[in-house]
Order: sequence, then C-alpha cells, then structure tokens
Amino acid sequence: MKNPEHMNRIGVFVCHCGINIASIVDIEAVTKEISKYPGVEFIKDYQYMCSEPGQMIFKEACRSGQIDGIVVASCSPTLHETTFRRASIEAGMNPYRVEIANIREQCSWVHHDEEEKATEKAIDIMKSVIERSRRNESLTEVSLQTIKKVLVIGAGISGMQVALNIANSGVETFLLDRQPSIGGRMAQLSETFPTLDCSQCILTPRMVEVGQNKNITLMTYSEVEEVSGYVGNFNVKIRRKAAYVDWDKCTGCGICYQKCPKTVPSEFEQLIGKRKAIYTPFPQAVPNKVVIDNNNCLYFKTGKCRLCEKACPLGAIDFEQKERIEEIEVGAIVVATGYDLYEKEKIEEYKMGYCEDVLDGLTFERLLSSSGPTQGKLVRPSDGTVPKEIVFIQCVGSRDPDNHLPYCSRICCMYTAKHTMLYKHRVPDGQPYVFYMDIRSGGKNYEEFVQRAIEEDNVLYIRGRVARLYREDDKVVVVGADTLSGKTIVIRADMVVLAMAMRPSGGIEELSKKLKIQVDGNGFLSEAHPKLRPVETLTQGVFVAGCAQAPKDITDTVSQAGAAASKVLELLSNEKLLHDPITSWIDEELCAGCGQCVSQCSYNAIQLDEKKRKAFINEILCQGCGACIVTCPSGAAQQKNFTIKQYYSMIESLV
Amino acid sequence: MNVQLSSEELDNEDIDKIIEISGANLFACYQCGKCTAGCPTSEFMDIPPHEVIRLLQFGQIEEILCKNTLWICASCITCAVRCPKGVDLSKIMEALRQIFLRKNVNYVHPNEVPNEELQTLPQIALIANFRKFTH
Repeated sequence: MKNPEHMNRIGVFVCHCGINIASIVDIEAVTKEISKYPGVEFIKDYQYMCSEPGQMIFKEACRSGQIDGIVVASCSPTLHETTFRRASIEAGMNPYRVEIANIREQCSWVHHDEEEKATEKAIDIMKSVIERSRRNESLTEVSLQTIKKVLVIGAGISGMQVALNIANSGVETFLLDRQPSIGGRMAQLSETFPTLDCSQCILTPRMVEVGQNKNITLMTYSEVEEVSGYVGNFNVKIRRKAAYVDWDKCTGCGICYQKCPKTVPSEFEQLIGKRKAIYTPFPQAVPNKVVIDNNNCLYFKTGKCRLCEKACPLGAIDFEQKERIEEIEVGAIVVATGYDLYEKEKIEEYKMGYCEDVLDGLTFERLLSSSGPTQGKLVRPSDGTVPKEIVFIQCVGSRDPDNHLPYCSRICCMYTAKHTMLYKHRVPDGQPYVFYMDIRSGGKNYEEFVQRAIEEDNVLYIRGRVARLYREDDKVVVVGADTLSGKTIVIRADMVVLAMAMRPSGGIEELSKKLKIQVDGNGFLSEAHPKLRPVETLTQGVFVAGCAQAPKDITDTVSQAGAAASKVLELLSNEKLLHDPITSWIDEELCAGCGQCVSQCSYNAIQLDEKKRKAFINEILCQGCGACIVTCPSGAAQQKNFTIKQYYSMIESLV
Repeated sequence: MNVQLSSEELDNEDIDKIIEISGANLFACYQCGKCTAGCPTSEFMDIPPHEVIRLLQFGQIEEILCKNTLWICASCITCAVRCPKGVDLSKIMEALRQIFLRKNVNYVHPNEVPNEELQTLPQIALIANFRKFTH
C-alpha cells in the first residue's frame, strides 16, 4: 500500500453545541490558535454544526475545492461522524477524509469547572486530530453479496412470529428448535392474561400456519453446531438429532406410542404427567412426528422390545438412524431461544416445605390446562384433593441481588393474578393468598386485571416476602410478613405456587459463543443499544427476539419479533452490503509469517499464506478491532487510517 | 403477634355485617394511605385509618374495636372523597361503631357514677359514655 499523500489543506469546523461546548471552551481563542496551525486552510465555527445550516456551511467548504481534509471539533464521533461523512459524500469528497475531534464528552463536559484548561485541551485535541487527518487515505467501502435466506433459532411464539413475518415477505426461512415440536413455552400455558383466552387456542393456528408456509423449512429436534461467515453470508452447521423414526414416512398416527410399554414423566407436562418412550410432546405438535427417547426406550436399554416397530403400519421406525449434520447458508440469523425457570431447589429457606404440592408457575399452568394431566381439574398432585387454601409467592429468586437474581422477571405479577382467578373459577369456595413485594402491572388492561382479581375474586394480597415454608401434617405452612400492617402472617396451605424467576434457556452461552454475540451479566443476550437498537446485536446480521434478550410477556415478545423480522428484511432488501473499509492490512515486506495475528483474530479474518509465509486479511470479515496490530511483533499489521505513523504524529503534536 | 390466616378466619360474620352496613368493598383498598394522610384527626388515633381497612381485610375486627380510632373519626368524609378506589372509609367507621354498640356492653353504670360528677357531666356525654367508653 502506498504511503498516503500528506494533506496540507485542512478545513476545521468548530461546533459550539449551543452552550455545551461554548460555555466552557473559549471558541474564539480556539479558532484563533488553530487557524495559525500549519496546514489549516480554512476554519469556521457555528452554533450547531449538525443542524441543516451547519451542514450547509460544511458542504460549501467541501465544494470550494479549497480543502482536502476535514476536522470537525464537536461531540463524540459515535453521534455525528456519520452525519458529516454523509454530508461530505454529497459535497463530492471522500468520507474517510473527515475526522471528528471530540471536544464535548472528552473536554467541555468533564472540565466544566476549569474553563482555561478546557480551552487548552480543546486546542490540543484538535491539533492531534489535524495531525492524524493529514495522513488519512481516501477509502472505499467493500461491497458484498447477501444470501436471501434467514435462520431463526428457537420456535416458540417469538421465533414463530419472526419466521412468519419474514416468510410472508417472500424470504426463505429456516425455523430451528431443539424440541421435536414448535410451540415453545406458550404451548404449555393454560390461559393468557389479561384476556384469559386459552393459550393453545390462539397458538395452534399460528403453529399450523408455520407448518403450512411454503417459505418456512422446519428443523425441529435440531441444534446449532457451528456458525461461520459474516453478515449476509453465514454458513451454519446444524445437528439433526436422531429421532429413530423416518419422519418422511411418519404420519403421527400414534399407534406406536399406544403400544410402547415404557412410561416416563413428560417434560412438556413439567413432570406431573406421563409420556411414552416413543412420543410427540403434545397432541397438536407441529410437525406431528414421533421421536424415540433412547435414554428410556427398552430396546436401547435392554436390546429387546421393538414393539413400536412391529406396530407402525408405515415402517417408519428406524433404530439404526444416526444424527447428521446439515449445512445451510443464510444472510441473517435471529436468536429467539426463550427462557427457563430458576430452579426452586436453590431457595434454601423454602426447602423444608417442598413436596408434590409446592409447584412452580409452569407446573401450575399444566395443572390448570384443559389438555393437562388432570384435564384442567385442580387437584393436589399428592392426594388428588381439591386445595382450599392456596398460597402464591411472587418474586421467588427475582429481585434478590444478594442471594439469587437481581432483576424483575416482569411477568410474574400478571400470571400470578391470572392463576388466582383461574383457581377461583375452578374452586369458588377456596381462598387464594398472594405474597408480593410490588405489583408491576404496566401494560394495557393489566392493572385493571389485577384489581379484578383482588376485588371480584377476593384474592388476599399480602405485602411481603415469605421467609420460610415447612410441612405440618399434609399442609405446607407459609410464614411471611405483611409490612402494611406490620403483622407476621402464618397460613396453613394445601398448595403453594412459586413464581420462579425467569432465566435465559439452557445452552444460551454456548450458542452466543458460536454466534459471537454477547450476553449480559444475567445471561440474557445483549442488544446493540437498549433504546435505539433493541433487536440487533453487536455482530452484524444477528438479531434477537423474545425472552432470550430479557424477560417479557407474549404481547411484548410478539412486538419484538415483528421488529426483529423488519430489521432482517431491511438488511436483506439490499442487493449488496457495504462494509466499513477501516480494516487491517499486512505490510508484506515486514511480515515474517509467524502467525500470531491469526490466533488472535476473533473473526477468523486472517489466514496464513503457507507458500509465501505471509499473513493475509479478508477485508470482509475484518471488523477493525486492532487485535492483530498490537499482537504483531514486527509491526506488519496496520489499520487503515489508524497507522502507527498517524499515532506518532498525534503524540508529537501534543508533547 | 402472629396472625393465622385461613378462609374461616376471613369468612367472619362481623366483616360481612360491616360490608352490608357500609356498602363498601373492603378488598378494593390497595393500601395507598391517602385516607390517613388526609385525615384531620388521625394523629389522635391509636391506629391510622388505612390500617383499619387492612385489619378488616385480614378479618381482625377485634383488634380495631379495642382502639379509639373509630371514636376519634369525626365523619368529615375527607377520606371518602379522596379515595382513589371509591372505598368509603367514613361509612366503614360508622359501621364499626354500630357493630361495637350492638354488642350491648355497658362500660359505665349510671348508679356507679359519683354524684359530684353527675352534677357537672353534660347529659349527652353521660349517655354516650355508657357504650362508647373508649378507655
């Protein structure tokens, strides 16, 4: 690469940012000083450089042909660098000749009580950026093709919604889930707040729609094995687990599981119901195909049985089936892996009371569900009697930064209110109690819903955390306080329902590593910006939706899924994607081919040319992080427009 | 003191009476405390007005009847006017007084009142004292 020509006709624009900069930094002194600096051809200050009139001044100067490099002294480049680079394109200049000198966040804001020093510092910052911009090259963005296909990981309500929105726009979508059926958590729920419509009744039509959509390829009973590539061009290896059933032949008739002699607790029923060793998770499963659980199947355990094989009229059972790896190429990936519940075994002070009649919220959902193990009859799992005194405990594991999880799980207030109502509808003479810390019912018609539970169904809300549970005869004694009256409350309950905290579903960390996306301190996936980029991740082309990002209810999940789908479509609507040209390059004359940079690169962007013994950088993969530059012992790795020479000249201008 | 809660405890005859007399939905109260904050006489009460409702929600009526609160209440209805949930606490106070009086317990016997006091005591106060005696 040739040494860039030194630019010696720099245009400098100083922004007042109203009073943000101008009230601290003496703009007049700055302009006077900088105008004398070698190479500065033009200087202008303005109240708001980012405003339309400000940009007009900027563009006029660009067009004048008087300058060939630009420094805008203003706020952080994360805010308006793009603004001025775009303006420079409009004015016919290369955008990479525009640099920002940050004299707001790094100067006026932090030195608001020392105006003179701030002015001096502003001058220094600007001088150093002028030095850097002198050696800036004109760069062109790298363009790349996009594959117009999408992978959605997780087929709960969130993933289904993303897939439907994308597929309905005519884009081919792969919908993956590790379970045999799509549907996710929502399929397990009985009824939904605040309207109390039956969860399966509103979910199954969507599931069928997904199953019938020609643009959606279902990949259930599968997991992501490996992800390589980059935005627009991902290559994903998918492990299709062995179902031991040929799904092309299986029609889901169910004869096999009627014949299967082995009964085990059903995960779908939260272990309070049963399934066979060959099974579909629930009757409305999509795809309606059976799988054999080889950990419980008698044939796999003892080598004998094969009753299902004999029973299957279609010859679909295949005990020899092996798992296989399938490779797909997609342009974008959406992660919608959903949630699990925090384990109730972790709550030490409640353990003394644990028995079959102390349930978590999801198990209670199955107990209420008309398709559940009791057909919606509310009875105690222990002895089949109807519980007359039932205690609901909220915030179990949530909002407990010292012992458990610091965050609010967001849905428990609402589903507990729903549980109490559904309980009262089934047991009108029963008494529900709710221990709560705060009621968080911020949603359309949510507060009214909770008030309805309290006023119409006489649910007694007690403000306080339960300190302990213990068994007494066949009851569970609940000890808590009501901080409103200052009384300690003791209830001998027939059943206790714990609103366990929500956690990201298991395996999210491994998946996030494969996708090179970040998780936050609580294990949820990090969005690129909490407000302005809520469904993107910092890895381009990877998006998030649903509870994998943070706890949320169905309403919010569906909204977020729609947002993620629209961001995916926005990305894929471009024929070609443009990639930032600020990447590394290797000075072949200096490179000794040691390969240290190759091992440091997180993006697999560097390869070693074995013949030439030189490192080689794939510009499309390179994210310009700079890891190779600091690693390289010979100084061969350099970053465009961030060269060592530029840094030296910056330092020289300061000392 | 621990409060044992159970449906029997909550299904209290006196509570039903209070609901019948006052016409108020005790369970609508969400304990915001605006009644207590606005009450001109709450500082003279043994327990504040909002706690009266809380205790009623727990079926703990005896705990209220032994306090002076219901007798300090001046029925100014400031609480009722301001309540965001439409719970008329002044009517509940009146219901509590009714329940108390209907228990027909005489706290002061007229024959035992010393003569000197009879001379000075206003008649209306004397009669009120028989049953409303608030310790």
